[in-house]
Amino acid sequence: MENTIKAIVEKYDSNKGFLVPVLQDVQKELNYLPREALDLVSKFLKVSISQVFEVATFYKAFSLEPRGKYQMALCQGTACHVRGVPLIVDHIERTLEIKDGETTEDLMYTFETVNCLGACALGPVMVVNEEYHGKMTIAKTDKLLKKLGKEGNA
Amino acid sequence: MSDKVNLTIDGRKLEAPAGSTILQAAKDANIYIPHLCHNDELKPYGACRLCVVEITHRNRTRIVASCIYEVAEGLEVQTVTERVLNVRKLVIELLLSRNKKSQVLQDIAQKLEVEKSRFELDIKGCILCGMCIRTCKEVVGVNAIGYKSRGFTREVATPFDETPPDCIACGSCAYVCPVDFIQYSEKNGVRTIWNTEFPMQKCTKCGRHIAPVKQLDHFKETLNLPEDHFDICLHCR
Repeated sequence: MENTIKAIVEKYDSNKGFLVPVLQDVQKELNYLPREALDLVSKFLKVSISQVFEVATFYKAFSLEPRGKYQMALCQGTACHVRGVPLIVDHIERTLEIKDGETTEDLMYTFETVNCLGACALGPVMVVNEEYHGKMTIAKTDKLLKKLGKEGNA
Repeated sequence: MSDKVNLTIDGRKLEAPAGSTILQAAKDANIYIPHLCHNDELKPYGACRLCVVEITHRNRTRIVASCIYEVAEGLEVQTVTERVLNVRKLVIELLLSRNKKSQVLQDIAQKLEVEKSRFELDIKGCILCGMCIRTCKEVVGVNAIGYKSRGFTREVATPFDETPPDCIACGSCAYVCPVDFIQYSEKNGVRTIWNTEFPMQKCTKCGRHIAPVKQLDHFKETLNLPEDHFDICLHCR
């Protein structure tokens, strides 16, 4: 891990101002920000660990917990809401047996709700690993989960 | 541009150095503006919002935080108007909702004739003024603590909520905390702060405890002092 992070930090000339891009790259590489990684970023970038921790906890895009292989973000915007997102949230939570914002134990799925994905015409929208799925229904959600390898058991 | 600017605060004509703040100018002229997150040793921050004043610019008035608003030529400032007091009352109510036991906050509330906060929150007591974090960074130069998370869940914390690796247990954060939220204790040669126990150095002559070992090491390192500089306490020298 040490070499990976050293390489990322050096890509940005060890410039303190690039803390956020460095953390973004680290997260892309490791899927989340483990504690050792933050310690190493602090060491190589010469930024105090308290500051690295502050930035890493400030942005929602950073996760200090391991995330699933499939990251699902379900839109909760007004347009999606009136088209029945609450039912889909319920359905996913029951199928995956996790709550909003959690990750399944086998590290396969992370499910979270977000406030608007900016694709209201397609509502309800769900993004799985940066791929948009529009006009979601419970049936379509089941189909999608099946494709991702999860059979509904509820 | 000259180095001094003329401004009026509450009708008094004053001169202040360019680049200083309204709060600074008012302080120098003995005009009282309540404030919590300002300290002369720290950079202006503008967190507590108690120091709001009303400024007049082209016949329009505006509410600004005096601790971060720079003085300007011809600036007209009112520190006590109905609008200012209204804002301050709301601010102190919000602050009280975070820490209703603080004597400092209660005193300010009393001055503003606020009896009770309309907001009932069960928050631990930190008002998030950032004094501790800024002191640790700017004055002590250690950077051991910082904010965690944001918005409603924001709090002052040590990295990962664990033993702060950079902390020297100097207690500056506890000293500057305006609402005494940060506390430390000393017992049997151990100073406890941020849920961590720091051993203290003993005077080789009288056996009294001088200060946390880590703090003395920090002084020795930054000031290039000899290794045995703090072996004897002030009383025994």
